Amino acid sequence: MKKIKEKHPLAIRWAHWVNFPVLMIMIWSGMLIYWANDVYSITLFGHTYFKFFPESFNKFLDIPFRLAEGMAFHFLFMWFFAINGVLYVLYTAISGEWRQLLPNRHSFKEAWLVVLHDLHIRKMLPPQNKYNAAQRIAYTSIILMGFGSLFTGLAIYKPVQFYWITWLCGGYHLARIEHFILTIGYVLFFLIHIIQVIIAGWNNFRSVISGFEIVKEQPINNIKISEDEKPV
Amino acid sequence: MKNRFNKQPAEKILSQKQINRRNFIAFTGFIGLNALAYGGWRWLYKSPEETSGVTAGARKPLRRALNQNELLLRKTFSNDHLVKTYPVSMADPNVRVNSEIGMEDPGFDAKTWSLTIHKKDGSKLQVSLHDILALPKTEIVYDFKCVEGWDQISHWGGVKFSDFISHYNLQEEAALQYVGMATPDKAYYVGLDMPSAMHPQTLLAYEVNGKPLPMRHGQPLRLIIPVKYGIKNLKRIGTISFSDERPPDYWAEQGYDYYSGL
Repeated sequence: MKKIKEKHPLAIRWAHWVNFPVLMIMIWSGMLIYWANDVYSITLFGHTYFKFFPESFNKFLDIPFRLAEGMAFHFLFMWFFAINGVLYVLYTAISGEWRQLLPNRHSFKEAWLVVLHDLHIRKMLPPQNKYNAAQRIAYTSIILMGFGSLFTGLAIYKPVQFYWITWLCGGYHLARIEHFILTIGYVLFFLIHIIQVIIAGWNNFRSVISGFEIVKEQPINNIKISEDEKPV
Repeated sequence: MKNRFNKQPAEKILSQKQINRRNFIAFTGFIGLNALAYGGWRWLYKSPEETSGVTAGARKPLRRALNQNELLLRKTFSNDHLVKTYPVSMADPNVRVNSEIGMEDPGFDAKTWSLTIHKKDGSKLQVSLHDILALPKTEIVYDFKCVEGWDQISHWGGVKFSDFISHYNLQEEAALQYVGMATPDKAYYVGLDMPSAMHPQTLLAYEVNGKPLPMRHGQPLRLIIPVKYGIKNLKRIGTISFSDERPPDYWAEQGYDYYSGL
C-alpha cells in the first residue's frame, strides 16, 4: 500500500504535451521565416557578441531558403498553439487550478528562497503545495508569454486589419523583434525546465504523464520548523 | 468554506497493483499518442505538393490551410482599416530594391510605354503616362513590408487605383473578383482580390520621394498596394486585366500564400 497524491489533472497533462510538439514546430517554422531577414544580434557599443543565427547553425538545421514553407507551417500550427493555449487557460480558470498556479502575495519573496535552495545556498524549501513560488512565477509567465506570442504574432501577420494590436506592440518593426525575443525566452525556459525536471526526478516527471505522485512516507516530525518559516 | 476553495492535492492510498495499472494505462496512452502525433507529422511533412495551377509549390494540406486562412481573414478586411501613414520627413531616401524580375528586358523604353487595360468586352484600352499624370494625384508615406521580414518607410505618389477605375469607367470590370497585373515582358505577374485593389490606399505610382520612378523601382508606373506584402507590389506595369478567376501570381506559384494580405 502506498500513499499517492493527485497532482496534474488530465486536461493539464494534455495541454502540456500537445503544446510541446506544437511549440517546437512553431519555433522551427519561425526560424525558417526569420532566416529571410536574419538581422538580429546582441550588439553592445558596436561589438557584436552573438548573431542570430550563425551560418553553420542554420546550415546544420537546414534552415536556409525555406521561407514559403516556413510561413505555410507557421500559419497552420498557429491555430493549434492558440486553441490549446485558450483551452488550458479556460480549464485552469474554471477548475480553480489557477489557485495553485498564480503567484500570490508571498510568491515573490519565497521565489527568492527557492532559487537559493536550488543553488544549494539554503537548505529549506519554503512550504509549497503543487507548485513552489518560483514555479508559480515561471509557469504563469510562460502563459503570459504565450499570449504575448499570439498578440505580437497577430501584429505582424495582419498589421493593417489589426492595426490597434500593432499599435499596442509599438509598431510593426518592434512587434517582429518582440515576437523573436519571446521565442528566445521559450528556449531559455525550456533549458531550465529540462534541468529542473531531471533534478526533480522520476516521481515528479511521471506525474505529468500519469497524474499522481507517490508520497514518500518519511517521518515528518523530524523536520524542525524555524521561527521565520512557521506558517502564519 | 468549501474545501475546493482551498484545494489541497487529494491524497489516496493505493495498492502497488492499482498504481501499476494507472501507470500502465497512462504510459501506454502517452506513447501511443506520441506515435500517432509523430505519424501525423510525417504524413504532413511528406505530403505531396499541390497540383500546379494558379498556386504551386506548397504541400497540399498546407495550401488548403493558407486558403482557409484567407477566407477567414478576408472577413476582417475593411476599407476603413488604413495602413499607418508617416510624415514625409520620416521616409527613407534610399528605397530598397529587392528584385528586378520582370524588368530585365534591355530593350524596354519608358518613353514609348503605355498601359494596356484588358476590358471585360474583350477590347483593349491604351493609357499613356501623360494621361495618368493628368489624373488626381495621391501621395502616401507608409511602412512598406516585405514578405522576407524587413520593412521600410517610403514615400510614393501616383493615382489611386479606385480613381483610375472610375475615371476610365471600368466599374463593370471592378465588379469582378480579381485584378491581374503583369510586366510588359510577362516575366512578373500578380493577382489581387478586388477589395484590396480598390482599397483607398492602393496606388498606381509614378513617383518615389517626389521624383519620377527610377528604372529599378519600376519606371514608369508601378503598383503600391500597402495592404499587401511587397511581392504583390508589381513594378513596371504593362497590362491590367480583370477576372472572376484568380489570375496567375508569380510568388503563389513558388509556394507563397496567394492572398499575402496584411
